[in-house]
Amino acid sequence: MEKMVNIFLFGKKYEVPENLTIMTAMEYAGYQLVRGCGCRNGFCGACATIYRIKGDRELKACLACQTKVEDNMYIATLPFFPLVKQVYDINKVKTNEAVMMQLYPEIYACVGCNACTKACTQELNVMQYIAYAQRGDFEKCAEESFDCVMCGVCSSRCPAGISHPQVAMLARRINGKYLAPGCGHLEDRVREIKDGDFKELIEALMAKPVEELKELYNNREIEK
Amino acid sequence: MYADKFQKSIAAVEAAREQNIAYEPQRMTAQEKVDLLAAYHPDYRKDEFAELKVGPNKGEKVPTELAEVLQAHSRITADSVDLTQPDYDVDVLVIGAGGAGTSAAIEAHEAGANVMIVTKLRMGDANTMMAEGGIQAADKPNDSPAIHFVDAFGGGHFAAKRELLSKLVCDAPEAIQWLSSLGVEFDKEADGTMVTTHGGGTSRKRMHACKDYSGAEIMRTLRDEVLNRQIPVVDFTSAIELILDENGNAAGAVLLNMETKDLLVAKAKTVIIATGGAGRMHYQGFPTSNHYGATADGLVLGYRVGAKLLYADTLQYHPTGAAYPEQIFGALVTEKVRSLGAKLVNMDGTVFVHPLETRDVCAAAIIRECNDRGNGIETGNGMGVWLDTPMIEKIGGEGTIERRIPAMMRMFGKYGIDIRKEPILVYPTLHYQNGGLDITPDGMTTNVKNLFVAGEAVGGIHGRNRLMGNSLLDIIVFGRNAGQSAAVAAKDTTVGQLTLNHIDRFEDELAAAGVSTDMVSPKLLPNYTKQASI
Repeated sequence: MEKMVNIFLFGKKYEVPENLTIMTAMEYAGYQLVRGCGCRNGFCGACATIYRIKGDRELKACLACQTKVEDNMYIATLPFFPLVKQVYDINKVKTNEAVMMQLYPEIYACVGCNACTKACTQELNVMQYIAYAQRGDFEKCAEESFDCVMCGVCSSRCPAGISHPQVAMLARRINGKYLAPGCGHLEDRVREIKDGDFKELIEALMAKPVEELKELYNNREIEK
Repeated sequence: MYADKFQKSIAAVEAAREQNIAYEPQRMTAQEKVDLLAAYHPDYRKDEFAELKVGPNKGEKVPTELAEVLQAHSRITADSVDLTQPDYDVDVLVIGAGGAGTSAAIEAHEAGANVMIVTKLRMGDANTMMAEGGIQAADKPNDSPAIHFVDAFGGGHFAAKRELLSKLVCDAPEAIQWLSSLGVEFDKEADGTMVTTHGGGTSRKRMHACKDYSGAEIMRTLRDEVLNRQIPVVDFTSAIELILDENGNAAGAVLLNMETKDLLVAKAKTVIIATGGAGRMHYQGFPTSNHYGATADGLVLGYRVGAKLLYADTLQYHPTGAAYPEQIFGALVTEKVRSLGAKLVNMDGTVFVHPLETRDVCAAAIIRECNDRGNGIETGNGMGVWLDTPMIEKIGGEGTIERRIPAMMRMFGKYGIDIRKEPILVYPTLHYQNGGLDITPDGMTTNVKNLFVAGEAVGGIHGRNRLMGNSLLDIIVFGRNAGQSAAVAAKDTTVGQLTLNHIDRFEDELAAAGVSTDMVSPKLLPNYTKQASI
């Protein structure tokens, strides 16, 4: 017999097997999820959840699909959080801190409480990447924020009203498009294809009987 | 940290590790692969397939669970919806907001079309978001689109539609360039050279990645761009029936608000199905690496209006789904783990297959090792084999795992397993729908005008098996392509009177074929509640 624990979904008590995640425990209890459930594998940020273990002062945040239930866990899901997403044109955007002052000036009101970092479901150093964004160091902001799943828990805890995931998104796009080194071999290949350099080769392959293609495939040289 | 019952086997894996790192396993011959697949691959289990009794693919076999939804009733009747007062009226209606749908919407918007997206859950709730390993493109000097073509054509058992595959490989470098121009952060050397690796079945290192968040990085960037362009996105709203016009052309869809259950009508000059895959159908009872909404909706929508399917009988079982712990059962363990050097070993620590055979071959080899040879490890949820992740650190140096596959380290770390020091247990998981709706190179279905398809809902690009990294590629190449084509087609289209007559026509066909069912489709979401399982 599997061991059972008591959990409290939005305050209501349910008894569920202890080996379930919060998400599968909700389903076990009878919730047919529509909101708050996406990839079920920790990549999409749909299932942000806050919880407190009875008797514990600390409020914790997690992804429901990646967290096991515990006895006396009080659970509230956060399937949507009103992040502020500013609209911009990636082709015209400034690539230094001026863009942050223009689009997300509230980051300069950060009080340094570090609640965002403590709440992060991916254990990222959120306050640090906001600090990088403040000073226009978008490469470091991109690196530090890379594993963000944009669940929004950080922002729910922020006294300054910062939408951290959107700030990081902007920094990563600027870094990817403008600051990261360009790629010569990619540009060359795109040009060669446009110039038709591979046209004959491909057309010849397209016209080959299957038997010849099998020969080619089964005897191809594989790069070490 | 694993329980005691695993320790003996782990000790064997550790003892053999140095030797296994040095050992280069033989690749199988063509005949060995054919025999292995026939004996062990789930696609070859005849009792798990059913013959279609109606529709354009009548007489062909598809997975039993798919046959059930393809031959189910509509969720609506024609007279329950008023088509004369559409809630939306656009040039291009995109159904689905994963990588293919958002790429299509961006390109349709770029071409000046009035485009909208409708999506069952949120924008980005899609398999794209979960693609970890990477995206292929032949952009290195030792590589070419022709070599990429041969790799993919052979890997797909010589069944791909050549005109689709050639488009895939020839447009690949430009797809990478387009993503870079949107700000996607590919892994690069200091001089800008792309960091590329092998995938199963590739003959050149052409796998581009964004750590092991490749799909997530692409998806969140495309999502941000859709929002910047202020393309209307109607979320938590599912297309449940296509609408044709009096000429039989696609002309919109009936939409269902997933929360309020309100029905809405979207009229459109062209429709793009970008609804993704089918892992949540759990064919043959397999767990899946797919997102919550992967229920083959697009195939159902298309089939009911008469669009043809191609290779709907072939699925991809990713060789390395997590087999343990049970909380992540079936979750994807990226192929990149093997690209970086980890090998598959059995309970005795013996390497039993080349880690970079194609996915179908690797999956079949694991099933053979567990079910037939008795060399698997009992996990408590079934069987598994070891994927010896600590090899990666020995080959690439300390820190390689944290730098290159942080998501994997995090996923197992949450359950106390440090993949840098301990191997992980894996077993095949339902991963990808190789088949789907049949299209021409412009993205339009072969037999329903103005109905376009992009992404995993398409069949024929990859043949009967898909190589790692060709799916992220296909959603971008064929997503953009469908958006561009649909925008052009919309310019020349005048929509006739809207009808849902096909629903009754399909009902008549079902009755004539003697198909009796209570089921309605599309399925929309799986039901995992305790009540549903009783």
